[in-house]
Amino acid sequence: MDHLEPLHFVPAAESAEVDNILEVRDLNVTFRASGGPVRAVRDVSFTLRRGENLALVGETSSGKSVTCLGLLGLTPPAPHCTISGSARLAARDGKTYELVGTPERVMRQVRGGAASVIFQEPMTSLNPVHTVGAQICESLHLHLGMKGRAATERAAELLNEVGISDPKRRLANYPHELSGGMRQRVMIAMAIACEPSLLIADEPTTALDVTIQAQILELLQKLQSDNGMAMIYITHNLGTVAEIADRVMVMYAGRIVETTDVVSLFAQPRHPYSRGLIQSVPRLHSNRARKTPLFAIPGNVPDPTSHPPGCTFGPRCSHFEPGRCDVAVPDLEGVGPGHLVRCVRWPEIQGAV
Amino acid sequence: MQQEHTAAVLLQVEGMRKWYSIGGGWLGKPAQTVKAVDGVNFDIRRGEVLSLVGESGSGKSTIGRAILNLDAPTAGQVRFDGKPLVGLTRRQMRPLRRAMQMVFQDPYSSLNPKHTVEELLSAPLQIHMPELTVQERRDRIDAILKTVGLNPAHRTRYPHEFSGGQRQRIGIARALMTEPQLLVADEPVSALDVSVQAQVINLLLELKQRLGLTMLFISHDLAVVGHISDRIAVMYLGRLVEIGDAESLLNDPRHPYTRALMAAVPNIDPQQRRPRQLLKGDIPSPLAPPSGCAFRTRCPHAQPACANAVPELRFVERHHATACIRDDI
Repeated sequence: MDHLEPLHFVPAAESAEVDNILEVRDLNVTFRASGGPVRAVRDVSFTLRRGENLALVGETSSGKSVTCLGLLGLTPPAPHCTISGSARLAARDGKTYELVGTPERVMRQVRGGAASVIFQEPMTSLNPVHTVGAQICESLHLHLGMKGRAATERAAELLNEVGISDPKRRLANYPHELSGGMRQRVMIAMAIACEPSLLIADEPTTALDVTIQAQILELLQKLQSDNGMAMIYITHNLGTVAEIADRVMVMYAGRIVETTDVVSLFAQPRHPYSRGLIQSVPRLHSNRARKTPLFAIPGNVPDPTSHPPGCTFGPRCSHFEPGRCDVAVPDLEGVGPGHLVRCVRWPEIQGAV
Repeated sequence: MQQEHTAAVLLQVEGMRKWYSIGGGWLGKPAQTVKAVDGVNFDIRRGEVLSLVGESGSGKSTIGRAILNLDAPTAGQVRFDGKPLVGLTRRQMRPLRRAMQMVFQDPYSSLNPKHTVEELLSAPLQIHMPELTVQERRDRIDAILKTVGLNPAHRTRYPHEFSGGQRQRIGIARALMTEPQLLVADEPVSALDVSVQAQVINLLLELKQRLGLTMLFISHDLAVVGHISDRIAVMYLGRLVEIGDAESLLNDPRHPYTRALMAAVPNIDPQQRRPRQLLKGDIPSPLAPPSGCAFRTRCPHAQPACANAVPELRFVERHHATACIRDDI
């Protein structure tokens, strides 16, 4: 289980290594809304290594999906949405792309080429009026110039690779003829068609049944270990994070509140929000605890147009201390090798629940 | 799961079938039948939470709707407090609806966006308790809003002004307005964030204890179900494959499908990663389910005999039955 070893302790500052696939610095995404600007993503910096699986965990409006939409240039154009910061992506061919502020013409080559994305609901991401074969071939044609029989054969190979039986026949199917799990496999086949160095998986199993979810996670893990692509796995489900991630970034109200390797996140979560999230996951084998209340974080995520002063988690936090937590937004502080946390009280609350 | 009919039983589902006809007509291909629910029996005792667990297409939501007579079952009977419900007209059903209410999955689409909380909550009172005065209605709304953890001052707000978890609380409040005996909750937490999901599960548990509610809790998530249920029934392609006391079923699952569902719940400890036990393939099409045991095409323990006949539920313990012919797994 060498992927579990804590290999990824790269402090955010010293990351100019060749093995880095993605370096994100001070990413900010702001939407213009009637109630004033909504700062959906604030000062997000992280580094992703080759073959690494980074989980981006958060709840509604945490900014986890917008971070990735911003990286891929899929947010609405200015002035509706503005992006600042920098994100450098290393493609397999040795080229490096700056993803922020890049013209759409270039981004179109990056998307589906060096960086791919799969979304939650495969039915809405696939075009219902084209066969899955035509949709995979289109991507092969646009990025690799493949046509005709060569493209069809490669498409069948890809379907085979993602575990679809009888791939030749499946190419002629329309999306509605496939089950949810198969559609997600088709999406994954399209995403890996050009051997991307980065795959962004945005809640890829949320819409699927649990037994199918396990199959898709297994497939994603296999593809990653086979071809060494890096993955950003976006989810709200901490259970699946424990199963497939190497490193985890917990986001709350647009900011990273904690980032560390997966083992120490679950063993020693430092931020009260991370702790709360981990505790509120219902466990299967907790008969003792059955019928006793589940741990729940009180309150709701803050309104994105009006964040509380200081720590945005303050109003829901059981360790909130007036005068300290509501003064300024806490900095991300190093608490261990590669372990950063955004909480002024982390040393005092270590032992507390 | 026939039990003697005692006053302790609030709801009985007997031989329920719900078949849908697809296609057909005088021009098209011959009609096909989808057996969404195919012969399901169970009882719910007063004050008990029974969970129906299964994946998409298992028929769990169809049963929920058929119990409330929102869709009449093709065959079988539903008895509520001893009274048969199947075949009742809408008018005859109306006084009973007061006693049986539903909470839906999606708190975004199940609340009318044009109505304030007060309007949403007073609608069931106007229908079922027209004798209440305006002030009595308002008092009741305030009391129930407090019960579900919302601020009564927010009664003039519209659904879009609330978060998902708060909306689900409104949905629960609406279901509680008429003081029902039975609550059918169809995936009430699956659309919610994890931290909020825990809040809503706790609320349902608290309501069960405080109000003595009987509940049918429909879910695909065994971990959630384990927290809330007294008994659990597992469904696969329209049939019960296992039913029993929650404790017994979770500690000693007998049906291979129940075991697969349990194995699919992610393990929260990254230091104990183990190889996944995967089920082969997808859920078969309900248009053409496999012969015999419907699960045999994905079952790691299937034998030739499994194709012969649909296995009946048989007791393996006093309150625990499974529909698998194998005893040796």
